[in-house]
Amino acid sequence: MNPVIGYAAIAAVALASALIGFYGLRVSRTTSDFYVASRTVRPWWNASAIGGEYLSAASFLGIAGLILLQGSGGLWFPIGYTAGYLMLLLFVAAPLRRSGAYTIPDFTEARLESTWARRVTSTLVIVVGWFYIVPQLQGAALTVRITTGLPSWVGSVAVAVLVAVIVAAGGMRSITFVQAFQFWLKLTALAVPVVALLLIVGGGEPPAQLTPAEAFPPAAGPADLDVYRTVSLMVALLLGTLGLPHVLVRFYTNPDGVAARRTTVIVLALLSVFYLFPTAFGLLGRAFAPDLAASGEADALILLLPGRLVPGIWGELLTALVIAGAFGAFLSTSSGLVVSLAGVISQDLLGGSVRGFRIAAVVSSLIPLVVALSTESTGLAGSVGLVFAFTASTLCPMLILGIWWRGLTARGAIAGMLTGALLSGGAILGGPLLAAAVPVLRPFLEQPAAWTVPLAVLVTVLVSRADHRGIPRGADAFLTRLHVPERRVH
Amino acid sequence: MPESMLLAAALGVVGGALAVGLVVFLRRIVLSSKELGTDAEQATYQTLHLASQAAKHLRGGIDELDAARAGKHLRALLGCDSLAIVDRSGTIAIDGDEAVRPVAERLAAAAIASGRQQVQRRIPIGAWETDAVVAPILGSTGPLGAIVAFASPVRAGLVRATGEVADWVAAQVELGELDASRAALAEAEVRALRAQISPHFIYNSLNAIASFINTDPAQARELVLEFADFTRYSFRRHGDFTTVAEELRSIDSYLRLERARFGERLKVTLQIAPEVLSTVVPFLSIQPLVENAVRHGLESKEGGGRITITAADSGAFAEISVEDDGVGIDPEVLAAVLAGGPADAEHVGLRNVDARLRQVYGDELGLVVETNVGAGTLVRMRVPKSGPRRPSSTGTPDGRLEP
Repeated sequence: MNPVIGYAAIAAVALASALIGFYGLRVSRTTSDFYVASRTVRPWWNASAIGGEYLSAASFLGIAGLILLQGSGGLWFPIGYTAGYLMLLLFVAAPLRRSGAYTIPDFTEARLESTWARRVTSTLVIVVGWFYIVPQLQGAALTVRITTGLPSWVGSVAVAVLVAVIVAAGGMRSITFVQAFQFWLKLTALAVPVVALLLIVGGGEPPAQLTPAEAFPPAAGPADLDVYRTVSLMVALLLGTLGLPHVLVRFYTNPDGVAARRTTVIVLALLSVFYLFPTAFGLLGRAFAPDLAASGEADALILLLPGRLVPGIWGELLTALVIAGAFGAFLSTSSGLVVSLAGVISQDLLGGSVRGFRIAAVVSSLIPLVVALSTESTGLAGSVGLVFAFTASTLCPMLILGIWWRGLTARGAIAGMLTGALLSGGAILGGPLLAAAVPVLRPFLEQPAAWTVPLAVLVTVLVSRADHRGIPRGADAFLTRLHVPERRVH
Repeated sequence: MPESMLLAAALGVVGGALAVGLVVFLRRIVLSSKELGTDAEQATYQTLHLASQAAKHLRGGIDELDAARAGKHLRALLGCDSLAIVDRSGTIAIDGDEAVRPVAERLAAAAIASGRQQVQRRIPIGAWETDAVVAPILGSTGPLGAIVAFASPVRAGLVRATGEVADWVAAQVELGELDASRAALAEAEVRALRAQISPHFIYNSLNAIASFINTDPAQARELVLEFADFTRYSFRRHGDFTTVAEELRSIDSYLRLERARFGERLKVTLQIAPEVLSTVVPFLSIQPLVENAVRHGLESKEGGGRITITAADSGAFAEISVEDDGVGIDPEVLAAVLAGGPADAEHVGLRNVDARLRQVYGDELGLVVETNVGAGTLVRMRVPKSGPRRPSSTGTPDGRLEP
């Protein structure tokens, strides 16, 4: 592959993101008209921004790789990633917007009236964010290695440094515009190559390396699925979306709860459309590039397939588009995460100053970089799935019970979050070792959400019930605020 | 193997934390045995420690929850079997044996009525008997409640100590009331500081409208409506908070009225990040900055000038600034005004907003003003998007509007 194309695509995306981030607001919203200036973000824009922030390396590269490796089993990931927004729509979006809280720790503190509950939540949010950034950096490492031939650490370092510099220099001022741009970039970068590839292979040239019957053996169909693993994965993906810090922050941009709900519906539609394309890539890969199906390499399928099937300059252009989209995915997700993490860190530890925010932004990009450099990717979709499992076992019970159960107390929430963190964290970190010793436990350790989430909920409820201090004094007033629809001025 | 590396890292962190904890713990044991001093010193320390623990809960008054928490420490302080704290309305918090409740109720009622300390001996409770000492908690305005200590037998030391504890509790509760009234005073101060429409502005606006009535009745009608909108917002009585969007709407009405006088001499540039429109800000906190810019920056400048209002997204904060290219302010005059000059001085609007921001968000988030004579003025504020940490007792801090 021609490395110049890789360099050019990466540089173009990085430059475009930075320029829109720094100047987008100045160009698009300098006016002397108050009506224009106080137009709120339309649900369409905000939904695009949420999509841009949410679609990470796992969605862009990981899903196609997983389908190449596992066949139909990999299809559960796009389903779960999308359906998580259904849970968000049903249980969280509008009440959280009405709470007026900007971050999850703000919500916890306002709901439970406890600084300790806030500290535990902040710590978990930071841990979740950091571990979510790691796969983005690993995806960048893979992309740079495949497309330019440079050593893989270059990719991780480049993305981490870019994100740290852009965020610390105030380059996410018009974050909604940047992220919305990234969504449409990602969608285009997958949709155009997929349509082109389908047109080309529809003409019979080049011939498929595997016939459909070989590529999709009936034995590996849905009948073969392990019920426990599937259920557990679904629990993790459906509930994990609820606690992702960078996604929840975007709902604050909506003017009210109704707009928050409408935005979520549009996000569902946008994601449903988007996930058609990585899925199609995965299926094409199974038929036309089965040799890529090796662990760690499969994630590069989307980057390599256009060059293999389309010869000449058109193939190179398609590859450039795909590389640009992939880099958009790494940059947008990591910068969204770094912005919200830096907000939490600077508010809780550094007194909320501008300087504190910059320091926190640099720290939040460098720590995941160290982790990404010292570990090796074993599949992007899988590692993001584990972050979802951790979020689902820690932040999600607290959020849902905090919104829907007035009996939740600070001690109950802290106990539940710590239980969930210890169990799911232990299963993720210590799982491989324990599974080698006791093979029967393997599925339970590899997909822990189905037992850790109920346990965390149970502990939260029991400790809250046993808490002799009773529910927080302002709980009723706060819940009223969450659930009573806004009245408009007539 | 990445898993084993991760595992090793996790084990290392946990092991390191445990080791540090162990060292700190051992150090404390070694030091504590050496440095605690004589028995009398230890007893003094113990007493003061228990008293300060109890004091934390008494500052909020002696309702059931706080009294129960304080009671635990007070019982340890007095060394009695059970302790009951009863408030004026008869709410009882008991630490120890719950069976003493009816007796405590009776004794406390008697003590509150008489205002005198009493000792009763041989009170039958179930199958056994106990002595009790009751002391009224006497505040400056009369009895606040009573403390009943049960022990068998009650000795003279306990009787004296109970009386002292009751006095001490009274002092703590009154301190708590003082805190509460100080907070109420601060809140009232903020409300009093709430910007008022200046009579000057009303007079000017009405004059401007009057001048249009004959020449351009349509324009005059528009202006009257703007004036109505503006006053309706400014005279709003409920809620101390609003959103940036609402505040902008009011600024728009205000500037239309001012433009009736200034004409083309008053230019405005806006740059508002849509993310911050729903941020909750103190009521009338941006409009006075604009008014200050018009009245003190541009009015006296020949040829008018430009006002630039920006609101930008900055992580968990919204940054709002109002800039004018008018005559500027002498920094020393401004410093005197912000430090609390005479209430009728110029730029009192700035001081007003500054004081309220500090009151609501803390001293580090007051106004930042960059100015000099002839160099224009830039006023900036940073508001946390999460809203005020201490929401006021009235109004919804989320800036929702009532119809």
